Amino acid sequence: AALKGGLRFQVSAALKEGHVTPTELCQRCLSLIKSTKFLNAYITVAEETALKQAEESEKRYRRGQPLGVLDGIPIAVKDNFNTAGIETTCASNMLKGYISPYNATVVQKLLDQGAVLLGKTNLDEFAMGSGSTDGVFGPVRNPWSYSRQYKEKSVPKSHSEDEESNWVITGGSSGGSAAAVSSFTCFAALGSDTGGSTRNPAAHCGVVGLKPTYGLISRHGLIPLVNSMDVPGILTRCVDDAAVVLGSLAGHDPKDSTTIQDNFKPFELPNLTDVSKLSIGIPKEYHAPGLSSEILALWSKAADLFKNAGAKVVEVSLPHTRYSIVCYHVLCTAEVASNMARFDGLEYGHRSDMNKSTESMYAATRREGFNDVVRGRILSGNYFLLKQNYENYFIKAQKVRRLIANDFVKVFGSGVDILLTPTTLSDAVPYMEFIKEDNRTRSAQDDILTQAANMAGLPAINVPTGLSERGLPVGLQFIGRSFQEKQLLTVAKWFEKQVKFPMIQLEVKRHDHGAFQHQKSAFFS
Amino acid sequence: WVPVVGLEIHAQISSNSKLFSGSQVQFAAAPNSLVSFFDASLPGTLPVLNRRCVEAAVMTGLALNCSINKRSLFDRKHYFYADLPAGYQITQQRVPIAVNGSLSYSICIDNKMSQMVTKTVRIKQIQLEQDSGKSLHDDTRNQTLVDLNRAGVGLMEVVMEPDMCCGEEAAAAVRELQLILQTLGSSQAVMAEGQLRVDANISVHHPGEHYGVRTEVKNINSLRFLAKAVDYEIQRQIEELENGGTILNETRAFDSKLGCTVPMRDKEGKQDYRFMPEPNLPPLILYDAKSLPANMNHQQVVNVDWIHERLPDLPSVKRAKLVERYGILPEHGFTLLNEDGLTEFFENVVKQTQMKPKKVIGWILNDLLSYLKQHSLTVKESPVSSFLLADLLNLLEKKEISSTAAKQVLAELWKGEGKTPFEIVKEKKLELIQDQKELEQICQAVIDGQENEVMAIKAGNQKVLNKLIGLVQRETQGRSNPALVKQLLEKKLSE
Repeated sequence: AALKGGLRFQVSAALKEGHVTPTELCQRCLSLIKSTKFLNAYITVAEETALKQAEESEKRYRRGQPLGVLDGIPIAVKDNFNTAGIETTCASNMLKGYISPYNATVVQKLLDQGAVLLGKTNLDEFAMGSGSTDGVFGPVRNPWSYSRQYKEKSVPKSHSEDEESNWVITGGSSGGSAAAVSSFTCFAALGSDTGGSTRNPAAHCGVVGLKPTYGLISRHGLIPLVNSMDVPGILTRCVDDAAVVLGSLAGHDPKDSTTIQDNFKPFELPNLTDVSKLSIGIPKEYHAPGLSSEILALWSKAADLFKNAGAKVVEVSLPHTRYSIVCYHVLCTAEVASNMARFDGLEYGHRSDMNKSTESMYAATRREGFNDVVRGRILSGNYFLLKQNYENYFIKAQKVRRLIANDFVKVFGSGVDILLTPTTLSDAVPYMEFIKEDNRTRSAQDDILTQAANMAGLPAINVPTGLSERGLPVGLQFIGRSFQEKQLLTVAKWFEKQVKFPMIQLEVKRHDHGAFQHQKSAFFS
Repeated sequence: WVPVVGLEIHAQISSNSKLFSGSQVQFAAAPNSLVSFFDASLPGTLPVLNRRCVEAAVMTGLALNCSINKRSLFDRKHYFYADLPAGYQITQQRVPIAVNGSLSYSICIDNKMSQMVTKTVRIKQIQLEQDSGKSLHDDTRNQTLVDLNRAGVGLMEVVMEPDMCCGEEAAAAVRELQLILQTLGSSQAVMAEGQLRVDANISVHHPGEHYGVRTEVKNINSLRFLAKAVDYEIQRQIEELENGGTILNETRAFDSKLGCTVPMRDKEGKQDYRFMPEPNLPPLILYDAKSLPANMNHQQVVNVDWIHERLPDLPSVKRAKLVERYGILPEHGFTLLNEDGLTEFFENVVKQTQMKPKKVIGWILNDLLSYLKQHSLTVKESPVSSFLLADLLNLLEKKEISSTAAKQVLAELWKGEGKTPFEIVKEKKLELIQDQKELEQICQAVIDGQENEVMAIKAGNQKVLNKLIGLVQRETQGRSNPALVKQLLEKKLSE
């Protein structure tokens, strides 16, 4: 029971009091990773180094000198963060076998706090996608596919069908990290968020997904997708835990010139009881085409929740929301074309055997190393950056981006504290259905609710809210003011308390026993 | 025909570390030993701007009378090449750090140092950008070897408007820029070490008509070759057009062996560099005394006024001061500054001798400098130190030796055998005869022996007197003071 979910109050306390040791904790997580291997959440499991880290942590606890709340806590990191000595692949052939010589700043910070790095999680190749289905290591499966809640609600279409073909996606691109947290194999995970890549899978997997303000957390060591929008994302099982992780990561990094210089003070989240001074904005444009009636109803219910508790709930308008997809498409592909130019096979990563000339080597390497999603974006991006197109596409998109950002400035300037929106258009779809449309179409559809926050650099968080009719998680999103993470998380925490999202009842079949692993799930419930 | 020449000069910034990373800047280090993760373009690395490089660019901008842009931006310039690991160069294309300056330089008319003319070339802009690595093509093994030591070193690109008209002007302008950079210390600007690279843009047109199609000439690594390349290209274009041909807007390389420009078959077609703002670097903001925020961390701020106050004397100012202080001619000042270390040498000699600077300069420029040039030595390598030369000039000034004798002594000193001027004079018996009686005797002897000449002089032909003086000199083996000899002879002849 102590290991239910919380870092802040439960696991940390348990470690401190010696109810459980870091090594035990680490071993259990490693064991669970093995038995949930079919989820394909992890690309690399760093068993040896994790156990070593756990040992070191244990020594510190025995001396009564833990480094902090995170000491001994098993975590996972999305495989687009550099980890020294541990393979970093970005789920791409281009970086298969690439062992980085340095740690990303956020990874280093977690390790410095004593966290135990279990492994690198799966993603869409180079974080391009909204399903975590387009990486070279295969798709990630949503743990809720194997939950009692989902199984009870699913009606098998025929006898031959079993859960193998019915499993649903995690969303993306940080699907591996979301699945890892959701299936209890770690207590917190790092993702990245460029257009919703942390919040989207968080919603589908029923976990908390935080996108911090751009410039708050260092991107040094995060392999970039869109430098002007990327942020490291935090995935945890409750809002308090997200605040703890945020506290250990935020702050100026001299290695990242886009981080702000101001001193960051880690905060403890107050237990908000009185929301009467709060003004919640409901942006009408987020009632987007394709929004499921279920989610619409849940969103409405949430608004009422605030209203009934005494908060001011107002409808607001962010008129340029509908342009964000195309705007994002231009700016994202342009930066991708630029960022991917370094992958030429010369210094690191995959190098083709083609050696007739340097140019032919480049071409073959990049064709072999990148999947068609990446190549497609590079081609688009280069097109938009051509001299004759630059003004009409790139500059135009930057102007539109400014308009989108200004929408938020106006709304927050009019007295609204927090915006409440859906995170996704629907609950997680089955993989077989998801792949019927291509990556670009899917991304365009799914990102609509999350993208604008990246355009404007604002903090946003997904809070698991309820289960859909199919027994799958649905989350709602809160968007806050720049650098007002404390307020954002305080409100999120209040909301989390109100909705009491159910715990996943994970049923993991162990092939050698052929029976349900009740013991494991009971341990965590 | 009106030739039009513009220049793009890349000067390597003299700094300890590179423009955006902490790896060292050093010439001729072991290959790939000065490469940081960022320089190698490892994924996830980010640029961090080097403050010293910014200061160097500001100093240079101020010295070239530019407006310093208090807000400038960084951009990515994309192309694929083995020595460009990231696939793009970080440069300043939209808003560079300095614009609209000027550079004054001097050239001699008809190669006469005494006729110097001052010219001005406009500086379009100065931008900060990354240098690339080096690639060496090994054709026998069909390989390209890449050394990234130079990748990421800071460069200042100085763009000179097409205000020049020939090789001489181009070389003189670059020389002056070189001196300025070296005086500021912002670049060591040694062309032979690749710290200063020049690309020339050349075209020709008829007076009154539009500018012609221009070619770009690259691969010029000395001032001499610059002048040659520019002049050759101008000639080539004129000949081509006069024969009814056309000039292609192409890039050519200078072949120093053949002394001509040849087309570079390197890049096919025109490149679209797909410029894009560098998203990892915020705008570069510079401050001055007025705009400096009160509580800002001194380390994080570059104050243009502070730099301005601390600029050293530029070459043009130094020359003017030398002329004023020592009474030498402007062209003397020019030559003094043109040779590394010569000004210092000159001033040291002046300090240690009673001889007037106006006279000392002759010895420095005519004698010492020609020796150095003959033996291809720099001033620092001179076997004759300023101390020795001053010593020698003192002997001359005290009239202990004649100037002819002094030249002989200098030749001996040049051998660098460690003898002092005094020792050499004694050894070779070069002292001037001080005994007037002895001199009178010799003069008398000469007069007695040259009846015809004496008659000619008495008849009014004064020029013949020089012959007699010469004979006395020969008799005395150069040890007589010509002025004194002349006096004595005249006296005797008038008796």
